[in-house]
Amino acid sequence: MGYSLPTTAWPSSYGEHARARKGFFTDTSVCIGCKACEVACKEWNDVPARNGAQPAYFTGESYDNTIDLGADTWRHVAFVEQRKALDVDDGMGMSLAEAAALEGMARSEGLATYQDGEGMRWLMASDVCKHCTHAACLEVCPTGSLFRTEFGTVVVQEDICNGCGYCVPACPFGVLDQRQDDGRVWKCTLCYDRLKDDKEPACAQACPTNSIQYGDLDELRERADERLQQLTDAGLEQARLYGADDQDGVGGFGAFFLLLDEPEAYHLPPDPVDTTRDLGGIYRATAAAAVALVAGLTAAVLGGRR
Amino acid sequence: MSRPELGTTRLARRAGSPQQRGPASVGHEGAKTTPYGRPVLKEPVWTWEIPCYFYTGGLAGASAILAHLAEGQGNPQLARRGWAAALAGAGASPAFLIADLGKPARFFNMLRVLKVTSPMSVGTWILSASGVSIALAAVRAWTGLFPRAGRAGSAVAAALGGPLGTYTAALVADTAIPVWHEARHELPFVFAGSAAASAGALATAWTPAKHAGPARWATVGGAVVEVAATQLMEHRLGSVGEPYHEGPAGRLGMAAKAMTTAGAAAIALRGRRSRAAALAGAALVTAGSLCERWSVFKAGFQSAARPDDTVVPQRERIERGDTRGAVRRTSPNGRVDTDKASPAIVAHRD
Repeated sequence: MGYSLPTTAWPSSYGEHARARKGFFTDTSVCIGCKACEVACKEWNDVPARNGAQPAYFTGESYDNTIDLGADTWRHVAFVEQRKALDVDDGMGMSLAEAAALEGMARSEGLATYQDGEGMRWLMASDVCKHCTHAACLEVCPTGSLFRTEFGTVVVQEDICNGCGYCVPACPFGVLDQRQDDGRVWKCTLCYDRLKDDKEPACAQACPTNSIQYGDLDELRERADERLQQLTDAGLEQARLYGADDQDGVGGFGAFFLLLDEPEAYHLPPDPVDTTRDLGGIYRATAAAAVALVAGLTAAVLGGRR
Repeated sequence: MSRPELGTTRLARRAGSPQQRGPASVGHEGAKTTPYGRPVLKEPVWTWEIPCYFYTGGLAGASAILAHLAEGQGNPQLARRGWAAALAGAGASPAFLIADLGKPARFFNMLRVLKVTSPMSVGTWILSASGVSIALAAVRAWTGLFPRAGRAGSAVAAALGGPLGTYTAALVADTAIPVWHEARHELPFVFAGSAAASAGALATAWTPAKHAGPARWATVGGAVVEVAATQLMEHRLGSVGEPYHEGPAGRLGMAAKAMTTAGAAAIALRGRRSRAAALAGAALVTAGSLCERWSVFKAGFQSAARPDDTVVPQRERIERGDTRGAVRRTSPNGRVDTDKASPAIVAHRD
C-alpha cells in the first residue's frame, strides 16, 4: 500500500505522517441523477444555499438547476439531455439504430444507464474537484492557504485564505469560486475531517448506486480499468476514463471519472493543463520585457538629452 | 410567469453582460462545444481595482527607472518628479490590491510565504521592496535627507522597476484563461510598453519642457511598443483573441490604440515647443494606457465565458497528436483505442 502516484509535496513533506493517497472514482455509467451526493455534501460540510438569499433559479436546461461547481457547490450532478436525429452518425461509425441495438444488448446485460427512446438520452455525472496531481490552484496561491494534505488531496485553509481570488481563473476546470458575502474561496475538501477519522467522504457514503467510489487512488484506478473493460466487452464503446493516467496536463486526477461521451459534453475540458507548467516560459518572457523596459528607458534618457 | 431578475447576481456575470443572452440561460450564445453553452472556466473575481493597479504598478516601476537614470545624468528636475510619480504609484498600488481582497484585513497573509510558483506572491514581495526603496529615494530627492539610504533606495528601486512594471503580465498569463495564457509571450511586452508610456506621459506633463526630453522619448517609445506588441498579441492569438474584437475589451482596446497613438504623435511633433500639446498628449497617452490595461482585464472575463475558446484549442492539440488529453478509451490490456473527437458532440446540439 502506499505512497504511489506522488505529487510535489506528498508524500515527501509528510514523512511518517503521510497516508495513502485518497481519491474518488466517479462511474457515471451508474449515476441515476438523484443528487444525494449534493445534499450530503451540503449537510456535512455546512455549505450554504447557493448565492445566499437569492430565490430559487430554474435554468430550463434538463433537471440541472445546480449549474456548476463553485464556492457553495462542491458536488454538482450534471444532467445533459442529448437529442439525436435517427439518421445522425454518432461518431463511432454507427447509425443511431445500430447504437440503439447495441444499447439494447447492454441493457440485456444489465448495463442500461439511460433512456434512449425517441432519439434522446440523458447523461448524468456527479462532478467534483479533481484534486489534481499538479494543482494550479495550489501552486498560484500566494498565502499558502491551499495545501496538499497527508492524503494527497488539495484543501483550502479557511483561516488563511484572504480572498485574493488567484486560484479562481487558475483552475482549468472552473472548480473554485469566491463566496460572495464571505470573500474567501471554498471548494471540496474530500471531507478532510472525515478522512482523519478513517470515514469515507459524505458524498460517497450517500451515493445509492456506488457511482461515487472512494478509496486509495491506486486501487481505484485498477477498479476503473476493470469497469472500463467490462463495459467495452459488453459493447458500450462510448465508455472512457477521464483523468485516470499520470500523463495528462495535470499529472492525473485524484478524483477521476468514467464518462459515456467526450468530456466537453459534460462541460469538462478534454485536455486540462496545469498553467504553471508554462511558468518557466512566462518568467523568461517577463524577464526579457523587464530588461527591454530598462534598455528602452536608458535609450530615452540618452537620446532625450539636450 | 416571471423569471428571477438576474441583472445584479453573480449568475448574470458568468457570461458577460446580461443583455447578451436570454434571461433563462447562463450559457454563452452560439457556443458549440458544451451543452447549453455553459463555460468550462470561472471568470475571475477581480474588480475595477485590478486594472487600476496594473496602471499604477507600471507607472511606479518605469518612473523609478526613469528617475534613477535622470539622477545619474544630472537632471534633478526630471529625477525629482520621477520619484514623486513612482511614490504615488507605489502608494496607490497596495491600496488597490488590498481593497480588492475578499478579506482585506488578511492582507498580511501574503507575507507569510514567498512562493516562486505564484507570480502574485513574487509580485507582492517586489511591490513591498519597491515601495520602501522608492520612498527612500523620493525623500532624498526632495529633501536631501538620508543621502546614503536614498542612494541605495534609488538603485534598488531602479533594479526592481523592470520586474514591478511587467510581473502583472506574468500574473494573468499564469491562469487557465485562454486569452491570457496563450498571450504569455507578448503580454509582458504590452505591459512594459504601457509602463514606459505611463511614466513618460506623467513626467512630460509635469516637467519643464527643457528638462523633459527623456520623458518625451519614453512616452513615444513606450507608446510604439505598447501598440505594436498589442497588435502582435492579437494577431498571434488567432480565434482565441476574439474577445479583443468584441464587447468591452474590443471597445477599450480600440480607444487605447487611438488615444495612445494620437497622444504620442502630439508629443513627438509638438511636445517640445507647445505646452498645450505636451499636456494634451500626456493626458491621451495616460488614458490610452489605462484603457489598454482595462481591455486586457476585460478580455480575460470574456474569454472565460466562451466555452469554445477553452475546448477547441484543447481538442485541436489532441487531433494534431501533440497530446493524448485526459481521456483513455481502453483498459491497459484492452483493444479499443481512439482518441479522436466524436463529431456527435457538435451533432447532438442540433
